[in-house]
Amino acid sequence: MARVVGGLTTSHIPAIGNAVPREKELVNDPYWKPFFAAYPPARAWLQKAKPDVAIVIYNDHGLNFFLDKMPTFAIGAAAEYRNADEGWGIPTTPPFQGDQELSWHIIESLVHDEFDVTTCQEMLVDHGFTVPMSLFWPGNSYGGVKTIPVCINTVQHPLPSPLRCFKLGQAIGRAVESYPKDLKVVVLGTGGMSHQLDGERAGFINKKFDLLCLDKLVNEPEVLTRYSIHELVREAGAQGAEFILWLAMRGALSGKVTKVHSSYHVAVSNTATGLLVLDNAA
Amino acid sequence: MTLVTHHDLPIPGTYMFDGHAAMKGYALNKMCFSFNKAENREEFLKDEDAYCTKFGLNDEQRKAIKERNVLAMIHAGGCIYYLAKFAGIFHLTVQDVGAQQTGMTVEEFKKKLKAQGE
Ligand SMILES: [Fe+2]
Repeated sequence: MARVVGGLTTSHIPAIGNAVPREKELVNDPYWKPFFAAYPPARAWLQKAKPDVAIVIYNDHGLNFFLDKMPTFAIGAAAEYRNADEGWGIPTTPPFQGDQELSWHIIESLVHDEFDVTTCQEMLVDHGFTVPMSLFWPGNSYGGVKTIPVCINTVQHPLPSPLRCFKLGQAIGRAVESYPKDLKVVVLGTGGMSHQLDGERAGFINKKFDLLCLDKLVNEPEVLTRYSIHELVREAGAQGAEFILWLAMRGALSGKVTKVHSSYHVAVSNTATGLLVLDNAA
Repeated sequence: MTLVTHHDLPIPGTYMFDGHAAMKGYALNKMCFSFNKAENREEFLKDEDAYCTKFGLNDEQRKAIKERNVLAMIHAGGCIYYLAKFAGIFHLTVQDVGAQQTGMTVEEFKKKLKAQGE
């Protein structure tokens, strides 16, 4: 049977997309050092865990979806996912391999579980997907893992609630664990932590709240599912609401969850960056 | 038409991009969404007015675009995710955009970001 072996979360700031190809020189740069220094333990854990598939829970920032049709939850069912020009010049990444059979198994299971997702046989993936993949698997081959993008709307309110996203994650976890093939799966939740790009409150960061989230997400995620989107925007900033993607990741881990590694740094670009690696033992 | 969207107290300096804004800003956001493609960015730079007309922007939106005024774009229904693509045409980062909206210099804005980590 397939198994969720762990979950990882990381910020996905576009500026990182520019920095990743230059990591070797930037690792000693005073601005980037505290950021890149956080990633080797996550990569080491992945090398040991050797996952076959990464389910990447992210948000599209206006590359694949527009306001003409804006799904709350969308899932990829393609053999390959491509990145493309997002308009402000981060280098595009090589394509990502999909796993169509597992995608359709998850779709069947989710809809059966009353999560009526939008299915996508064509799907461009933006920095919300590509930056974490490039950070966790440097060198553009992504460790040979296959990917399944799961996109949650954070562009247009109403956004799905933290609790709903956590439950979606639980349903994804159940779907994976009922897949008959022996596959090791990791679930990524991307984005965050606190940040706000728009309005007079731009530049808002809330370290206290971020550290609370990093702590509670490990073993008391229920505490965090009680926030409303409005409260999340207040505490984490307008775009800090991306934390719902982390909660969805956490929902997919149903075993004995232990923290392997975490890191927090203020700031890269306008954003407080956070990293969390969780092991999900049977 | 009345949409009941938010039940909580407003958050100062924060604009929820909701159904109201999505209706109001549709043309502006659609234009900015088109800036994903390099040929569209070039077409805009060649003749801004014609490009705004092509997407049917209203006067408020045209004025905000002309003045490169991000807060005015937001008041005209703009969503920051799409507006960022407009800013990208001029190689403005989110820190430049943040500084403009808060009335700070970019250096001051960066300092403010960093200070919140201490
Ligand atoms: Fe984001």
